[in-house]
Amino acid sequence: MTESAPKPVPRPSPETQPFWDACERGELTIQRCEDCQNLQHYPRVRCTSCRSDNLAQVAVSGLGTVRTFTINRVPVSAAYAADVPYAVALIELAEGPCMMANILHCDPERVHIGMAVQITYEPRGEVQLPQFKPA
Amino acid sequence: MVTRHGGQVSLRGATALIGAADTAVGKLPGISPTALCAEAALAAIADAGLTLDDVDGLVTCTSMAEPHMYHAQMMAEYLQITPRYCVTASAGGGTTFSVIYQAACAIAAGMCNTVVISMADSLRTGLSRDQAKIMQSSTGHAQFETPYGSTVPGYYALIANAYLHEYGATPEQFAAVAVTARNHAALNPAAEQRTPITIDDVLASRMIADPLRLLDCSLVSDGGSAVVLTRADRAKSAPHAPVYLLGAGEALSHEHISQAASLTTSAARHSGKRAFEAAGLTPSDMHFAQIYDCFTPVVLIEMEDLGFCPTGLAGEFFAAGEANLGATLPVNTHGGLLSHCHPGNPGSMFALTESIQQLRHAAGERQVQNAHLGLVHAQGGILSSHCSLVLGREETL
Repeated sequence: MTESAPKPVPRPSPETQPFWDACERGELTIQRCEDCQNLQHYPRVRCTSCRSDNLAQVAVSGLGTVRTFTINRVPVSAAYAADVPYAVALIELAEGPCMMANILHCDPERVHIGMAVQITYEPRGEVQLPQFKPA
Repeated sequence: MVTRHGGQVSLRGATALIGAADTAVGKLPGISPTALCAEAALAAIADAGLTLDDVDGLVTCTSMAEPHMYHAQMMAEYLQITPRYCVTASAGGGTTFSVIYQAACAIAAGMCNTVVISMADSLRTGLSRDQAKIMQSSTGHAQFETPYGSTVPGYYALIANAYLHEYGATPEQFAAVAVTARNHAALNPAAEQRTPITIDDVLASRMIADPLRLLDCSLVSDGGSAVVLTRADRAKSAPHAPVYLLGAGEALSHEHISQAASLTTSAARHSGKRAFEAAGLTPSDMHFAQIYDCFTPVVLIEMEDLGFCPTGLAGEFFAAGEANLGATLPVNTHGGLLSHCHPGNPGSMFALTESIQQLRHAAGERQVQNAHLGLVHAQGGILSSHCSLVLGREETL
């Protein structure tokens, strides 16, 4: 690693490949258990509720609210130095599950708990990284 | 000794901590973490009135600055000992106390009689730039968290903001935790930061990740610390008053913060309950508590979850000075990770050696008067995995 190391790029695994493939198509998806209807994210080989392996990757609305957030004033690495200050948030999807994202296209000082947000994507290496912006 | 009831082995009073030692802490560029680990172990063994020949168990944790895949085995070789029980603890703040629990189980099961637990690292002066980056990037889920560029303080800031929002707590209450720690560190000649600070100093310090400011964050240090745990019947001949393990409990709720069901309560509720039940005691029986303080709001959540304060009110407890020496329940009497030192994985060892000094009544100016019982609690991950230990003097058996 050198100082000019780029931002990390997610490397899909067999369980997560369908999620990243959907992002490539501009579609946010989460897993739904076809036996007990449990919704879960991140993708796993089994349902976290009933342990069934009968899981489908289904499209969701891409809408959510900010469950909590922070504004990073110190970059995690040189690759993020130009982004400071940047918001990191936990997003509660309208369908229930939670995911982490940055809040883009928004002054980080305006981000607040309960803020309505919607999906957007950031090209990152070979993947389209899910991000959120004000709804 | 070891007894059985309801099919469960009771460890209450079966083992005792008879040796404790810290190395110098702070900036130690002249000594490797491997050497610090060896020095801490030898000092703790000497403190126990023993020699290396008396030790048949060794537990260490790996060092970020000088990594070894099989660290405890490497340390055994370095010290030229061949312990029957030799374990490298994985990592993380909570691990420190869970290995004490596990070493007690190993002793109770007859695997060994006397275990030295030694941990050291050099996060302040020993990390190369690449190692520092690996340390930061190994926190968080590689696909679903790390790409968003959060720092470790940033992950904890997610918890801090949720706590402020849910309970109407204030940054001044977070700051009171840092001020309390510094007040205690001022009485501890070994602490790294001893200059008293005020609430205003904390609030004026640089913002790191909102709402956490520099003085809400723990230190980054070099240092090592070790203890010796032995079978209770062997503890009586030790030169210092033995400190008995009365109860231990572990619990976890998640690994990654984006998977946490709650951002403002933790599995400390269960680890604490298990430890108190095993000891046959309650939070109000404790004379002091050493609570993992990587960031100020973590102390508040843990104090509530362990049963020392009602949910959402630990901030008021600190702001009112009730966690100070001489008050209701002194917390982090050595200065904690916030003001004493924080060399990473070994960090909470110093809370354990401090508890031993308190229960020996050898803590000098910062002695809690008539301290007979204390609780130590640590957590690892991002408020993920927890371990609580209840410790007591002989008269509490």
